[in-house]
Amino acid sequence: MVLNNIEKLLEKYENGETSLKEEQVLKNYFSSDTVAPHLETYKPMFDYFLVNQQEQFTKDVPLKTKRTFNYKWISVAAVTVLMLGVYFGKSFTNTNDLGTYEDPQLALNEVTKSLEMISKSFNKGTSTVGYLNEVNKGTSTLGYLNEIENATRIIFKN
Amino acid sequence: MTQTEFLKIVMPFKDKVFRLAKRLLISTEEAEDATQEVLLKLWNNKTKIAEYKNVEAFSMTMTKNFCFDKLKSKQAQNLKIVHSNYEAKETGLQKQVELNDSVNWVAKIIEELPEQQRMIIQLRDIEEYDYDEISKMLNMNNTAVRVNLSRARKTIREKLTNTHNYGIK
Repeated sequence: MVLNNIEKLLEKYENGETSLKEEQVLKNYFSSDTVAPHLETYKPMFDYFLVNQQEQFTKDVPLKTKRTFNYKWISVAAVTVLMLGVYFGKSFTNTNDLGTYEDPQLALNEVTKSLEMISKSFNKGTSTVGYLNEVNKGTSTLGYLNEIENATRIIFKN
Repeated sequence: MTQTEFLKIVMPFKDKVFRLAKRLLISTEEAEDATQEVLLKLWNNKTKIAEYKNVEAFSMTMTKNFCFDKLKSKQAQNLKIVHSNYEAKETGLQKQVELNDSVNWVAKIIEELPEQQRMIIQLRDIEEYDYDEISKMLNMNNTAVRVNLSRARKTIREKLTNTHNYGIK
């Protein structure tokens, strides 16, 4: 009875009409030791299927977490640098402002004081320039050299 | 997605990917490389994994396509895939089987089948997927899968009976 069933199943199996459950029945039957002699030829086939089910992949896979650099942050950094630049740059321009005097009298005093200081140091400069006259005196005395030249010319003519 | 989450998704079917790759490429090393490649591709696109309806079926299709690409490039180079290591690797597993020789025959017979039939045998008889899944993975219709499967099974049986009865190798 069982054998009859198996034979029917085998026929269906060869036509590709068996369900997975029926195929499991066949596999169980052929993996047992009591296979009918005339069905012996099928045994290696099912044995092979069973053996192959156990083969495993043993090589390991190098799973690297790829670190993708986020370029978004570069722009963020650039903007911060720009903002800092603007902020500090402004404080530099502020140093040109020296303040102002409210009282005109006080302002006049201050102006005369500073102008006096300027003229004093200016005069000091011009007084040293006076020495240049000495140089002029020197060059005028060099004029006598011409006399010597005249004399030598007369000598060589003779 | 962290590595552990990814592995949790991938673990259940990584062996199936490997076996399908091996069925198509025959050489164990090639199959290992292919599996690694497929898993890495999945990992690199891990952000999209949630969008896939069925990661397993998707990976199987990927494996199929990847192996076909490999085979095509091999043919272009006029190289044959060498599988001299085949028996040595297999013996460990096959020791458990009493009919060692006949099982090897089955392996050889399956190797001789056309790629399509080999894949279908692999997916149906070894990995035990149902027809709908297989047709989705291979992008074929349901009846075509059945027809190919039936042909493959018949060929295997016929060749096995021949070897069994006449001792032809």
